[in-house]
Amino acid sequence: MSDYSAFSLLKNAFSGHRNWKSAWRKPEPRENYEVVIIGGGGHGLATAYYLAKIYGVRNIAVLEKGNLGGGNVGRNTTIVRSNYLLPANIRFYEYSMKLWEGLSREINYNVMFSQRGVLNLAHTPGQLDEYARRGNAMLMEGADAELLSREEISRRIPGLYTGQDTRFPILGGLNQPRAGTARHDAIAWGYARAADRQGVDIIENCEVIGFIKDGDTVTGLNTTRGEISAAKVGVSVAGSTSNVMKLAGIDKLPIESHVLQAFVTEPLKPLIDTVVTFGAGHLYISQSDKGGLVFGGDVDGYNSYAQRGNLPIFEHVAAAAVTMFPNLSRLRLLRNWGGIVDMSMDGSPIICKGPLPGLYLNAGWCYGGFKATPAAGHCFAHTIAKDEPHELNSKYTLDRFFNGNELDENGTGPIPALH
Amino acid sequence: MSGYRLKDSGIYIDTAQELRFEFDGKKYVGYQGDTLASALLANGVTLFARSFKYHRPRGVYTAGPEEPNALVSLRTGDRHEPNCHATTVELYDGLVARSQNAWPSLNTDFMAVNQFFAPLLIAGFYYKTFMGTGQKFWHFCEHFIRRAAGMGQGGLSADPDKYEKTNHFTDVFIIGGGPAGLLAADTLAKIGAKITLVEESNNWGGSLSEEEGLINGEPALYWANNVVKILTKNEKVTVLPRTTVYGYFDDNTLGAIERVSDHKQMPKNNEPRQRHHKIFAKRVIIATGSVERPIVFEGNDIPGVMLANSALRYAKRYGVAVGNKVVVFTNNDDGYHSAIELKKMGVNIIAMVDPRSTLDPELKTQIEEQNIEHHPGCMVTSAKGGKSLNHVNIAHFSRDSGSSGSLQRINADVLLIAGGYTPTINLCSQIGTKADFVEEIQSFVPGESTQPFVACGAAKGQLDLESTLCGAVEAAVQTAKYLNLDIDTHPSIKVEKANRKAIPFPLTDIPSTNSSAKKFIDLQHDVTVNDLKIAHREGFSSVEHLKRYTTMGMAADQGKTSNMNALALIAKERGISIPEAGTTSFRVPSKPVALGALAGRDVGNHYHALRRTPVHEWHIKNGAEMVDTGGWHRPRVYKKAGESLFEAYSREAKAVRNNVGIVDVTSLGKIDVQGPDAAEFLDRVYANSFQKLPVGKAKYGIMLRDDGYIFDDGTVWRLGETQFLMTTTTVNAARVLSELERLLSLYWPELKVHVSSQSDQWAGMAVAGPKSRSVLESIITDMSFSEEDCPVMSVRKGRIGKWPVMVARLSFSGERAYEILTPRNYGLDVWEAIMDAGKPFGITPYGTESMGALRIEKGHIGGPEMDGRTTLGDVGMERLSSKKGSYIGSVLKNRHGLKSDDRKTMVGLISDGIKPLRPGSVVLKNNEIVGHVTSATFSPILDKNIALALVRKGKKHIGENLQVVFPLKDEAYNVRVVDPCFYDAEGKQLYA
Amino acid sequence: MKIKCPICGKREASEYTYIGDATVKRPDVNNTDEQSWFEYVFQRRNPRGDHEEHWQHTAACRSILKVKRNTVTHKISSVDLEGPWQGQGEENN
Repeated sequence: MSDYSAFSLLKNAFSGHRNWKSAWRKPEPRENYEVVIIGGGGHGLATAYYLAKIYGVRNIAVLEKGNLGGGNVGRNTTIVRSNYLLPANIRFYEYSMKLWEGLSREINYNVMFSQRGVLNLAHTPGQLDEYARRGNAMLMEGADAELLSREEISRRIPGLYTGQDTRFPILGGLNQPRAGTARHDAIAWGYARAADRQGVDIIENCEVIGFIKDGDTVTGLNTTRGEISAAKVGVSVAGSTSNVMKLAGIDKLPIESHVLQAFVTEPLKPLIDTVVTFGAGHLYISQSDKGGLVFGGDVDGYNSYAQRGNLPIFEHVAAAAVTMFPNLSRLRLLRNWGGIVDMSMDGSPIICKGPLPGLYLNAGWCYGGFKATPAAGHCFAHTIAKDEPHELNSKYTLDRFFNGNELDENGTGPIPALH
Repeated sequence: MSGYRLKDSGIYIDTAQELRFEFDGKKYVGYQGDTLASALLANGVTLFARSFKYHRPRGVYTAGPEEPNALVSLRTGDRHEPNCHATTVELYDGLVARSQNAWPSLNTDFMAVNQFFAPLLIAGFYYKTFMGTGQKFWHFCEHFIRRAAGMGQGGLSADPDKYEKTNHFTDVFIIGGGPAGLLAADTLAKIGAKITLVEESNNWGGSLSEEEGLINGEPALYWANNVVKILTKNEKVTVLPRTTVYGYFDDNTLGAIERVSDHKQMPKNNEPRQRHHKIFAKRVIIATGSVERPIVFEGNDIPGVMLANSALRYAKRYGVAVGNKVVVFTNNDDGYHSAIELKKMGVNIIAMVDPRSTLDPELKTQIEEQNIEHHPGCMVTSAKGGKSLNHVNIAHFSRDSGSSGSLQRINADVLLIAGGYTPTINLCSQIGTKADFVEEIQSFVPGESTQPFVACGAAKGQLDLESTLCGAVEAAVQTAKYLNLDIDTHPSIKVEKANRKAIPFPLTDIPSTNSSAKKFIDLQHDVTVNDLKIAHREGFSSVEHLKRYTTMGMAADQGKTSNMNALALIAKERGISIPEAGTTSFRVPSKPVALGALAGRDVGNHYHALRRTPVHEWHIKNGAEMVDTGGWHRPRVYKKAGESLFEAYSREAKAVRNNVGIVDVTSLGKIDVQGPDAAEFLDRVYANSFQKLPVGKAKYGIMLRDDGYIFDDGTVWRLGETQFLMTTTTVNAARVLSELERLLSLYWPELKVHVSSQSDQWAGMAVAGPKSRSVLESIITDMSFSEEDCPVMSVRKGRIGKWPVMVARLSFSGERAYEILTPRNYGLDVWEAIMDAGKPFGITPYGTESMGALRIEKGHIGGPEMDGRTTLGDVGMERLSSKKGSYIGSVLKNRHGLKSDDRKTMVGLISDGIKPLRPGSVVLKNNEIVGHVTSATFSPILDKNIALALVRKGKKHIGENLQVVFPLKDEAYNVRVVDPCFYDAEGKQLYA
Repeated sequence: MKIKCPICGKREASEYTYIGDATVKRPDVNNTDEQSWFEYVFQRRNPRGDHEEHWQHTAACRSILKVKRNTVTHKISSVDLEGPWQGQGEENN
């Protein structure tokens, strides 16, 4: 299969686009693989790609119960950033950001990573202090960050209300210039195609219905498309983690599934050129290349597996959006969607070997799974291939909760809905 | 010039009332009752818009909210509003509209050059290119892509209009004011049900405007108008026109937007622009009707090509003929009805094209009577023209090859398409209701209800009047039974001479002789048959992939006119049936909703409730700069004329150390804990012990979370043997109370304790400084302030005049200090009385900034040291809990990571610099990060810049010189590590 | 989503605060076993389907309620009081 490029597009135009090949094959599952990844989302596909590309593993399958990329990778607000506080998180997400910066070429698929900046607004002196701590930590770890004054923010973001006669006036903000947005679906499709070109079997409509074990050791899977044996099984299923792990006999995990809603307006000509987050309520806003303003809010607040949200968050998000940008009031919301996020007990992810022999887990991504995709894929692949964590995910263990080594990014404690 | 006004006036318009309006700078006249589309059509306008991607000329396609083409920008200035459907915008005098997505003009759009590049701009082309040399190249390309994409333009000025919210609690919520909705409402209203009935447009009767049939012997629309009259008079029925239901949520909760003033130039008499209705219904009846379905062929987007039933609506409703020479292409009998009626009204229908070779004899007679040329067994293979339709080509239809024989050309300016009807099932789909495919109408209808709703009428696939009305009765009967209301199960409703049902002959993708011809599936997003085929070829064959890859059905119309054709096409490509290909789920909102309407009045100053203390106004009057703390406004500093923040808090802090100050502490959480087991309860809650606290004494308390980290701190006052008052930090007040209630209710029911919030019942103020006793002694009666009667940590009751006060000798600043509580209503009086009494002593009100400075000087922990990640050991408080048994967090605080001697612990830092240290700075030792600055201040009493910091193995560094850096501002300081208590370590000042 | 508080009646979920899984067992006050506390604080079954959970009616009577709710359909099948008043709740119709 040939590379995508302006040239291939032109060449195919001359043949009426009749010669495009399927972006990935639709193979029948084989009986045996070296590594099987459960979950054909961004993370699972990226893991398979890096396993093949970097770690030279042949004979890999990715199993997806529905259509590839139908989960959170296609249901998020597409923000990519590394503006974290805890060094372990900054390092991981900063590495991810660096992979993003070369991703389109790496996988020969334009993922439209647009580095337009992510600005966190601060509304109290205390919040400014917190942002300062975070910004300094980022700079110390080699990420980029800048503190902006209210005047500077006002100048950079037309339409944003920077007056003082409002409930939460803007005092300043923390900006990460290299952060930005990407085209969410392209990540799934791009990694799928790239993995497929490395020989990975991507098997859609193949649901795992049971684990085959020898004692405690996982040796294979029962699926809706037959039995598949595997030396190693990686689980990368986001909101479905608890369900899949239950099939493996792991009854409880430090994870809850919650619904996170996102919203998009009708397409508009360029209006907001950066990603802005409200500091006095959960809201982030950006504009997609197609022109829709994309909003994300808070989780609905209770355990949920429904990929749809409810009215209160709808109203909160609109109120926060119009409070920040009073010029958006007459613009219309076009669509809303919900994704099931795997909220961990400390707001940080888990990428680890175990908890059973032959089993590997990648979960607990909370709000942060999309931007993590390249690094999560790489680190999970490393963990599976080498049977030990990559330096970057060495802190993302499952036993950190028992050992008291939580990575509580927000300091809210073991209440998943608050992260 | 194509469209024109017919002799017979339309039923919706009033020709006596002329309205002036403007489109793209040109002035026109329409009538009251017109939509922008009907008025423009009547004025002969054919070109309304440019398409999303190829900038192709587009006209009006429909007569309703399903419109994919005719999107315009409405109004000017602050009220400018992009992407409005010309087909639903009600005309008003002075209306100004502009076309969008075209430059320099609608007629001459340079971006139409995209059509030339169309062979490259296939589905998903952007994934395959613009990668070049990397991010820089992509950012360069993106700049232009963003400008080419998007439809209307958003403005920068704030919306001047207001929005309202209202709630409805109703037995039955009926969506749709067409025949089904009206009959269901009428039937249920008669038996006394509480009903809310909404209709999206400002006219009732829905499709009855095109109905020839009689209901109970009367013309159908006459019947409808009567029903509306009766319903409007019924007190138990709420009737809402101009109201669009956009979302169906859990538990039969629905959201709807009423367009209160959108049909006026601007809202009048303090009216809102729109009103957001939240409906809580026991039962929902969905009677949302259907949308006519296009047929896909070459050139099916040229202005002049439109839906047949829509053309009939323009004629019947607005008295508008859509063209001069009209061809109708139908695959069902309903298309004949449209054609014949239009012809009767004077529209020049010249030909009918029908792929079916046989026709009902009655219809045949009728079209012969009307002199309409008939082409049975034929189909339109292409529509030709540029900015308007020029002619259509038709050919004989054969099932195997599609078309056969030679083409016949028919000159026409309008081509009407009748491809059957698609039930509007968006709302049902939002709550996860599966859709069932009905072969006869080639469409999906709602399946089994997932919530208490019932669909009827065209929305349920009941496409003729008789079955619609039967369906409505059935829905009403079901609903009555659900609500336990008695109902006559066979109300008399007689239908005569009704229109024919549309049973479409399936037609997908009519082959074209020209391989590069554009056949549009989704007109709004410019998705063609070819795009779908390419997507399929590339493996994007599942409906979800197809939709995302081609963006089919993802435009503002959510594919109302396109989804069924796309499904049929992909099913054919994959060689499976339509239901096997599946259907996509519809998302909320089913029609785009203004953000302002969803936000209502909870914006700006009203975004969040503001909590004020009773002294709030006094603070403001006395120069306080307020700061938000956990929802409260507290004074940060009281600035005197010309003072900087720094000068102000230094002055305030000095006053406390040297003299006396007063601070408002009303915002602290206050919880009353009562019961025989109250002491035991507090012992379990706090990390330190309370059993032995005597009555009339207070004590500092620190609370952990179950996971062993510090949660909150405060003081506990023992007011009686079984009564305690505990205070919390402002920020955690609500969470602490909930936690206490949860523990008592769920886990410790054996404890006889009750907790209740008293945060709003008490006003609180702290009077601190060496002269605090003198001030209070001079004004508080009924108690003694002597060292013996009121020692440190004692709690006493006294009075200031008629106002009772509770006094606790507590200190956060390290100075002699008293915390005073008084019932909230007396808060201001007591505050002012103390200020008066303190005047001779120079009492100074102080804010959170100096309070922070004072507590940092004393090394007391505050918010930044209790950031949810610190342990007792980290902040040097481990000894507080050393002798205790079990309490919240007492087990998990011993986990390895929390006990590690590598943890960061609290120390003090003294800077040798002139500039204050900044919180959030990084602490370095030999260029290695060892910690961070949590709180920092200038200490007026020490005349030094000091800070608290969490530093790895902190105590070990005491006496060392370290570096503090603030990379965000490129600052660096040398600091000396000291014990966190900078001032009066022996605590002598408490007795000063 | 509406929850029928046995004391106040049926109210919008926004009046309530979600507490979490009601099946976790808090160890006794004097239990010092780290494993039991770890299970209680961190480990969740997180079922897809029926879920027993605690809500507090924070904006009204402040009762802690045990709610049986389906995490897929969000349908609430029953609501009961907790503590000594247990058993006074009913179906959430």
